Amino acid sequence: MIQVENLHKSFGKIRAVEGVSFTARDGEITGLLGPNGAGKTTTLRMLYTLMRPDAGRVLVDGIDSAADPLAVRKRLGVLPDARGLYKHLSARENIDYFAQLQGVPADAAAQRREALIEVLEMRDFADRHAEGYSQGQRVKTAIARALIHDPKNVLLDEPTNGLDVMATRRMRQFMRDLRAEGRCVLFSSHIMQEVAQLCDRIVVIARGRVVADESPEALRLQTGESNLEEAFVKIIGSGEGLAA
Amino acid sequence: MNASLVVLLKEVRENLRDKRTLVNALVTGPLLAPLMFIMITNVVISRQLNQAEAPLELPVIGASNAPNLLEALRQQGFDPQPSVADPIAAVRNRDAPAVLRIPGDFGKSWIKGDPAQVEVYYDSSRRDMQQPVNRLRNMLERYSRLNGAMRLVARGLSPALANPVLVDERDQSTPRSRAGALFSILPYFFVLTVFIGGMYLAIDLTAGERERQSLEPLFANPVPRWRILLGKIGAICLFSVSSLLICVTAFTVAGHLIPTQKLGMDLGLGPAFALEVVVLMLPLVLLVAALQTLVAAFSKSYREAQTYLGILMIVPVLPSVLLSLMPVKTMPWMYAVPLLSQQVGITELLMGGSMTAAEVATCLLCGFLIAALTLAVTARVYGSERLAISV
Repeated sequence: MIQVENLHKSFGKIRAVEGVSFTARDGEITGLLGPNGAGKTTTLRMLYTLMRPDAGRVLVDGIDSAADPLAVRKRLGVLPDARGLYKHLSARENIDYFAQLQGVPADAAAQRREALIEVLEMRDFADRHAEGYSQGQRVKTAIARALIHDPKNVLLDEPTNGLDVMATRRMRQFMRDLRAEGRCVLFSSHIMQEVAQLCDRIVVIARGRVVADESPEALRLQTGESNLEEAFVKIIGSGEGLAA
Repeated sequence: MNASLVVLLKEVRENLRDKRTLVNALVTGPLLAPLMFIMITNVVISRQLNQAEAPLELPVIGASNAPNLLEALRQQGFDPQPSVADPIAAVRNRDAPAVLRIPGDFGKSWIKGDPAQVEVYYDSSRRDMQQPVNRLRNMLERYSRLNGAMRLVARGLSPALANPVLVDERDQSTPRSRAGALFSILPYFFVLTVFIGGMYLAIDLTAGERERQSLEPLFANPVPRWRILLGKIGAICLFSVSSLLICVTAFTVAGHLIPTQKLGMDLGLGPAFALEVVVLMLPLVLLVAALQTLVAAFSKSYREAQTYLGILMIVPVLPSVLLSLMPVKTMPWMYAVPLLSQQVGITELLMGGSMTAAEVATCLLCGFLIAALTLAVTARVYGSERLAISV
């Protein structure tokens, strides 16, 4: 479970995040929806302790990220916005590197790695060097290495960005599988349909603030719109920076 | 396994698969310097030998005014060339290293017993022309002295009367120390090798990793950043030490290709020398790795880092150039300054001297201390929030 309380973050004069609070529960998919530049990536970066919040705090499974960032990182599987691989290493070697850094015992890591390669359908390219991977192959490898330590909480920053239709469908199914395993799944997106389809809970962010935090049902009721996309546009104030 | 070790092993493995890094660290970096050095010294030495042995060919104006003088010069290895119209222009335009002019009244003065004048035109600002000018001057002086002595004898006086002071020069340079003066640039090549050996790795491990967007996922792992940094610095050091070892070995082997014996010189490029060089260079290896990482961490992109590190590479030239331009006595404090201590120490060893235990200790202690400080600063920068953000 991830609890976010009143996060603030500024870069010079730009206030990227101004008071974001929400809770992402285990066994649920929580979607962070907002137009480009709303503060989604900055919020996620504070969650996985890459950045320190100016104010507010983050609790992961009850652990304060400011007090014990290493323990928090152990409990998180992160697919950041930046998902570069080591091009002279194969997918397997890329995954193994992160397994060692996470401190996963070698035999457990090998088992989990092969399971992930199976589920993510990576067998065809798993032993090729990462140089020359397609966008989809890169994302799959990045996800596999992020989940190699079997984390209870999964953070995905725009996981379907740059994927084709089939890969996007598979990615969405994979996220449902993670939920079914009882994990806390938190992902960001600027694609309304994706969020509407997947999420148990939707946190809408605009201009660094949370403007709605509801189930899809409640969102529809609150705005009086039967169409969820219309509801989003109504809440944010404009459809700019969003995609259907 | 220790996280730093995990990072180190991964960096070594990945970079062993990168042709450019490998060629730079193991071929160009360590072997280019010895190759260049051997070529340069070969050219310099053979030129000096040629100049010393070849007949001295200079234009002579008014050769017919002093046939006896010219005959005497010829016997000393002088080969008079045809006259030139304007001796000043000939020297200025580098048509001739020097011009000898014998005035028309040379014979008259000679017979009268007055000093007979000859003129030597040359340009002292041209260092490469010093040798022929000196040779000509020596030949003329010998002729003058010989004839002066003969005149004294003819008058029944002892030639010793004309030489109240006898200068007996006792050159204390040994063959080894003469070689050392020529080879004082050598320490720079070792430093340069350390720079080049780790350079691509240093860029790749900070600026490169950020540009490839792999730094952010890396930092999401439960490993403190200083441990990651330590692993990366370790990998850089491993590569630059390998470069250094190859370079020192190449010099030890290639030292025999330099015709130093012809100059009566001798180089102390044995295994003991190689070992001492490697030990003296160790603090510098760490310092350079930390510095390169620091500079690369400040750069926004791979190319920017390459530019900055290229500039950084000029810094180690300074002590070499300074010491060769104005040779100063080696002072104890010099062993406390990294770069300078390697320059001074390695030159000392080359010249056949040896370093005291205290000097070695000062060099290593101060070197490692300053390297550790640089490392601490680098760790601070590496820990900053901005470092990981790719865009």
